Amino acid sequence: MTIQIVALVGFMLLISWLISNTIQNLETLGKGVDLWFLFETSSYDINQKLIEYTSRSTHLRAAFVGLINTLIVAVLGCITATVLGILIGILRLSNNWIVAKIMTCWVELFRNVPVLLWIVFTMAILIESLPRPASFRGENPESSLLFWDSIAITNRGTYLPEPLFSNGLGDISIFGIFEVSLDLVAFLIVLFACIFVSNILKKRADKTQQNTGHRPRVWPYRIAIIVIPPIVLLYILGFYLGKPELKGFNFQGGIYLRNSLIALWLALSFYTSAFIAEIVRAGILAVSKGQTEASYSLGLRPSLTMNLIILPQALRVIIPPLISQFLNLTKNSSLAISVGYMDITGTLGGITLNQTGRELESILLLMLVFLGISLGISAVMNWYNSTVKIKER
Amino acid sequence: MSDSSFVRTEMLKSEAPPTMEGSVLGWIRNNLFSGPWNSLLTIVFGLLIVYVLAEMLPWVFLSSWTATSLRECREIIPLTYGEGTTGACWAVIRERYLQLFYGFYPRELYWRVNLTFVLMLVALAPILFPNLPRQLLYFSGVYPFLGYWLLWGGTIWTPTLTLAGLIVGYLLFNFLSEKRGLLIGVIVGTLLIIFWFLFGVIPITVFLSENVTPLAIEIVESEQFGGFTLSVIIGATGIAASLPIGILLALGRKSDLLIVKSLCVGFIEFIRGVPLITLLFVASTLLNYFLPPGTNFDIILRVVIMVTLFASAYMAEVIRGGLAALPKGQYEAGDALGLDYWKSMRLIVLPQALKISIPGIVSTFIGLFKDTTLVSIIGLLDPIGLSKAIRSDTAWNGIVWELYAFVAAVFFIFCFAMSRYSIYLEKKLETGHR
Repeated sequence: MTIQIVALVGFMLLISWLISNTIQNLETLGKGVDLWFLFETSSYDINQKLIEYTSRSTHLRAAFVGLINTLIVAVLGCITATVLGILIGILRLSNNWIVAKIMTCWVELFRNVPVLLWIVFTMAILIESLPRPASFRGENPESSLLFWDSIAITNRGTYLPEPLFSNGLGDISIFGIFEVSLDLVAFLIVLFACIFVSNILKKRADKTQQNTGHRPRVWPYRIAIIVIPPIVLLYILGFYLGKPELKGFNFQGGIYLRNSLIALWLALSFYTSAFIAEIVRAGILAVSKGQTEASYSLGLRPSLTMNLIILPQALRVIIPPLISQFLNLTKNSSLAISVGYMDITGTLGGITLNQTGRELESILLLMLVFLGISLGISAVMNWYNSTVKIKER
Repeated sequence: MSDSSFVRTEMLKSEAPPTMEGSVLGWIRNNLFSGPWNSLLTIVFGLLIVYVLAEMLPWVFLSSWTATSLRECREIIPLTYGEGTTGACWAVIRERYLQLFYGFYPRELYWRVNLTFVLMLVALAPILFPNLPRQLLYFSGVYPFLGYWLLWGGTIWTPTLTLAGLIVGYLLFNFLSEKRGLLIGVIVGTLLIIFWFLFGVIPITVFLSENVTPLAIEIVESEQFGGFTLSVIIGATGIAASLPIGILLALGRKSDLLIVKSLCVGFIEFIRGVPLITLLFVASTLLNYFLPPGTNFDIILRVVIMVTLFASAYMAEVIRGGLAALPKGQYEAGDALGLDYWKSMRLIVLPQALKISIPGIVSTFIGLFKDTTLVSIIGLLDPIGLSKAIRSDTAWNGIVWELYAFVAAVFFIFCFAMSRYSIYLEKKLETGHR
């Protein structure tokens, strides 16, 4: 008990000492602590924004734009890293010597070199070695667009074709904060409805199979249900692809992925994939060989063995460390500042901080945001983990 | 019973081994072409390797080591190796490798950095390899102060007095904790050390250097540190300091004391929830707010403090894993032997728990060492910061692969060596509980 009280008193003393120092220092500098600066005009531009933002918007909105940019790269990175990581982890266990060795090289190469180096390296490669937009010009250009003139990869960024609707439904504004395309909403609603219906079909088929031992042939209907209605919807909305075109010194139109986004995305997902590969490998190795043998002796094929026996057991080992890799990737995305990608570290912790001189508030807010993201990701993934956990009696 | 038994009188000649077993051909067949799918993979990946090597090797070897700028490189290489060759311009490494290793440390004082590094290996040796004489550990204890003095220079009195203060504090703690109990020992010892730092070290240093002898070597400012020297300084200090703090935090998190436990949990989760870069921002902009007005201490020290805090939270989680993996019987055995908490931790629990967590500890070390590159974002000139500077130099503007490949290779060697050491240690300490 005494130890507890001493620890508490010591902690209180430390905190009050820090706070009193801070107050004194702020007084000498003539600064207060408040958050009103967030509502002042930001007067700087952000080069990648998904919601409306101009240099006359507030610092708060700038931080929000940055937050969205952070989330974009984090989500993209997590998806790519997981796919790559699972692939590499499984291939590393392959019987094929050459494949296993190459995958080992990949893992060792990426995880033994700092992620920041990968990010700036990728960025430098993109800028220095990709063709300039000007080289697409002329009768006999040095470079050409990929995939039927629809994707332009240049040293200023990559231009993808953009989905457009000739008789679209327009946008809807949510609370006046940001705008969402109604076409996208309609498409997603129809798609999810179709998936839902097709799942009902699947459940019925499962039931019939369990009752009669005979599975009705439903998969053509299921595919038809998922594919046809969205296509019809797209046709009604007048869907077409807006291709990027070279105008002036640069490409216009299409979806523009900045090099900073691509560099960050690639570097983060390659780096994290090395760690995920190791996790996947360890997870698969953790399932004892007896399980495979038992499954073979029950007459299951190798693919079914993997899907029904090995993976469900391996997932339980894989998911907890996978969560922390996702968290790491999200936290590492704050290195965006080194390639000029305007994530929340670049807006709130960078330009806003420098313009307003509110170091204390900006950095504490930045930390709070990251804490929130981290806690959110762990909550979601822990929920998923509890759904795949062993249900013990 | 008919007599049909037959006993062979001479040995049969041994059969030749199956052609596919144990031969190169058999190995190739088993490992590369065991089925159509495998054969396809082998061919695809084999072609990939051939392609990469065919692109890379000429680039690496048809290179220039002597040019003084990138443009000159691009002129020399086609002249030497024939038209159309695009080789590497390793000249940038030749010209700048000293800078990449030592930063802007004065050239005539490089021996001090080298000596510190060699002494670091000596100080590490008894920790890494347990069969060396134990007396070397005393040197490991003195080393941080010696290393500080060698790197930053100045009078030797400051580190000596600091060390003396720590030793006296420790002795007092030992004495008091036997006579008056642990708590009193810790409080008095800590207070004495803090008091000594605040009021003792600097006046006595000034007094000694003015009246006795300065015993000083040339001072090197923190701004002159850079390159891999800086990475190793930050990394090694962070590693050394985070392990004990991490152990304390882990013990705190596992303990039954509610307040201690919640303080530790709060600290660990907070640090693990934020990116290191925000902590480095704290180091570069906020730390001066938190300290008494007028304190303005060294940027490297500030960074080291934040990096240490960061690493110790991760370390605490790794060690907590080790503590949790230990069977409960071990804790109970310690209690049954009548040991108090600290003795049972020190003699029974921690040696086993640390052993289990070695892989995690080493990977935290590797992570920390890689994370030292983040200091380039707050403007310190570590290898990445220097690369940026070199790339913006007009002579080397546009150089990418050579420079980054070199930096990456050096980091790779450090980190790969560490991970191999961890595997070695794991095998060595595996006393076979399975």
